[in-house]
Amino acid sequence: MIKVTELSKKYSGNIVLNIDELEIPKGQTFGLVGNNGAGKTTFFNLLLDLINPTTGQIITHEIQVNKSEDWKPFTAAFIDESFLIGYLTPEEYFYFIGELRGLNKADIDTFLIQFEEIFNGEILGGKKYLRDLSKGNQKKAGIVAALIGNPEVIVLDEPFANLDPTTQIRLKKMLKDLTTNSQATVLISSHDLGHVTEVCERIVVLDKGNVVKDIQTSQETLKELETYFSV
Amino acid sequence: MIKHFINFEWKQFFRSSYWQKSIALNILMAFLAVYFMLVFLALGISIYPLLKKQFPESDPLLMVNSFLFYWFLGDLLMRFFLQKLPVMNIKPLLILPLKRNKILNYVLGRSALSFFNFLPLFAIIPFGVILIFEDYNTTTTIVWMVLMYVFTLIINFLNFIIEAKSAETELSFLPLILIASLLFAVNYFELIEFTTLLGNAINVIVENPIYLSIPIAILALVYYFNYTMLKTKLYVDGSLKAKADVATTTDLAWTRRFGDIAPFLQLDLKLLWRNKRPRSSIFILVIGLLYGLFFYPNPMYKDWIPMFVFVGIFVTGIFMINFGQFIPAWDSGYYKLLMSQNIKYKEYLNSKFSLMLISAIIMFVLSIPYVYFGWKILTIHFAAMIYNIGINSHVLLLGGSFNRKKIDLTQRAAFNYQGTGAVQWLIGFPLLLIPILLFYVPYKFLGFEAGIATLIILGIIGIVFHQKIMNFITKKYLNSKYKMISAFDQSN
Repeated sequence: MIKVTELSKKYSGNIVLNIDELEIPKGQTFGLVGNNGAGKTTFFNLLLDLINPTTGQIITHEIQVNKSEDWKPFTAAFIDESFLIGYLTPEEYFYFIGELRGLNKADIDTFLIQFEEIFNGEILGGKKYLRDLSKGNQKKAGIVAALIGNPEVIVLDEPFANLDPTTQIRLKKMLKDLTTNSQATVLISSHDLGHVTEVCERIVVLDKGNVVKDIQTSQETLKELETYFSV
Repeated sequence: MIKHFINFEWKQFFRSSYWQKSIALNILMAFLAVYFMLVFLALGISIYPLLKKQFPESDPLLMVNSFLFYWFLGDLLMRFFLQKLPVMNIKPLLILPLKRNKILNYVLGRSALSFFNFLPLFAIIPFGVILIFEDYNTTTTIVWMVLMYVFTLIINFLNFIIEAKSAETELSFLPLILIASLLFAVNYFELIEFTTLLGNAINVIVENPIYLSIPIAILALVYYFNYTMLKTKLYVDGSLKAKADVATTTDLAWTRRFGDIAPFLQLDLKLLWRNKRPRSSIFILVIGLLYGLFFYPNPMYKDWIPMFVFVGIFVTGIFMINFGQFIPAWDSGYYKLLMSQNIKYKEYLNSKFSLMLISAIIMFVLSIPYVYFGWKILTIHFAAMIYNIGINSHVLLLGGSFNRKKIDLTQRAAFNYQGTGAVQWLIGFPLLLIPILLFYVPYKFLGFEAGIATLIILGIIGIVFHQKIMNFITKKYLNSKYKMISAFDQSN
């Protein structure tokens, strides 16, 4: 479970995030929606202790993220390309991440079999470094790497952007399977309302750093969101 | 239109975060530029009196002309490594309503304004002026000066052609080095005397200004060649596209025996080998190794033992200093990943330390042949190695925790000061100078052995307390974690 209390982040006087209270139960697929500058990435960065909160705290599985590093073994994330190591081939990258999570090469090779479809023959065995892959393929590699080692908390920022339609559909299926088959908490942000409502059990709308909506996804959710954002 | 282009250039220069961020760096660059200008100016002023004094019989102008072959060859080589045709930033212009030939002329014309083309003028003009004062024919001298500038421009454009051609092959700079050495050899062994040929040609042109049209025609030709070559490449899949390397997957299984730090060690080795900038720090090893040859055979330094300590620290520590001073900026591109992954900071830092330690030992072993110049030198190198491992490596790691400059790994290395901040300069000097002082004081009062012992003992103290020091350094890194992440996140 992730528990957020009185969390805020200020940059030279401007409040970019301000969440009084938010609880994300274990195993939930949690969607974060909002326009540019709403604070989605800031929230994820705080969750991963990449920036320091101005006030408040995030406690994940009883661990306060900016006090202890013990959340790292069960948390994985893909925020942007700076999570990739450009001069490695995708295989080397997966092996490296695997090694950090206590998996050997054989484990990783077995793990990667299930993604053959998504990789579409363009990622593994190619003679390319990650820096030379297309944006979409980079994203695929990053997302798959975030799933290595069965993490309990998975953070994906804009996972659908830059992906081709086939992969978007496959990714959606994969994320749904992930939550039904495991107890992983998945946090996703997206600009695509259709995708989030399809994947997430719960959607939180941020606006200028504040939580303005907190919805359990139902048939009407997409409509509700579209009306909200069409203003 | 030209007005806009110039405006863009201006803004690009002054608005780059580069310029705004590090004034110290710009001062250094300006200093270097002034330095080179002065060197060339001194050359231009002094060459006439020097030649007159050394060879009173011959005509200085003719002598200069006969040496121009080497000048041009050197100029070409230097440009090949330092000057690039800036085509990347014209991408946004392609879809604007501009004629392609205008863009091309702009790109090529701008290259003529490069610093490399002004530098020779600092030598050419004073030499020419002196010639006029020495009662040379004024027309002859002016023609000579114009001719020299035309040659400079020819080399400018010739270089781009060579660069473009060599970029198509895998061997990059090898062909040029080969051709240049071949030309040099052919000339040196007097198979074809380019020096005389070129000298004579210049003499003829200077005597009959009408022949000046020939080099100008050559200039027009190389310009036109560049123009057509660029024209075919002015597409986003042409030269505007960054080149992709063919990747090879290696597992470096032998690093396993280093235990916990193995994954990081592998990462560092790949970092060094697969990226332009760090790769050059491997090549610098060769320079560092040969550095001793400047000092040891020279009788001038024979009795100045403390100087040898400097060389020893430099030879055994060159990789360490080159690599170490940019820790952790080498990993700045994916620092967020490292910070959110299941990584112990200490292991990460220990991997860097091991790499520096191994490099110091290897450099010492490679420098053993210097024993030819005396056992003292080998002893000094050994002491310097121990000192480097025990003290300098830790200082470098500690300095890294103050590092706030990002490095873009794909950028080329020569004259690239990206990632260099005041910290690097502040660290660099003590690394080299303090050991000299530490050696010198006991050496002066107690003797050679005492100086060596001081360095070795200090080094051993550093090695003994390695764990303690690393704990302290790790804390420093943890304290500046957020600052580093946000600094590395800013694009330059």
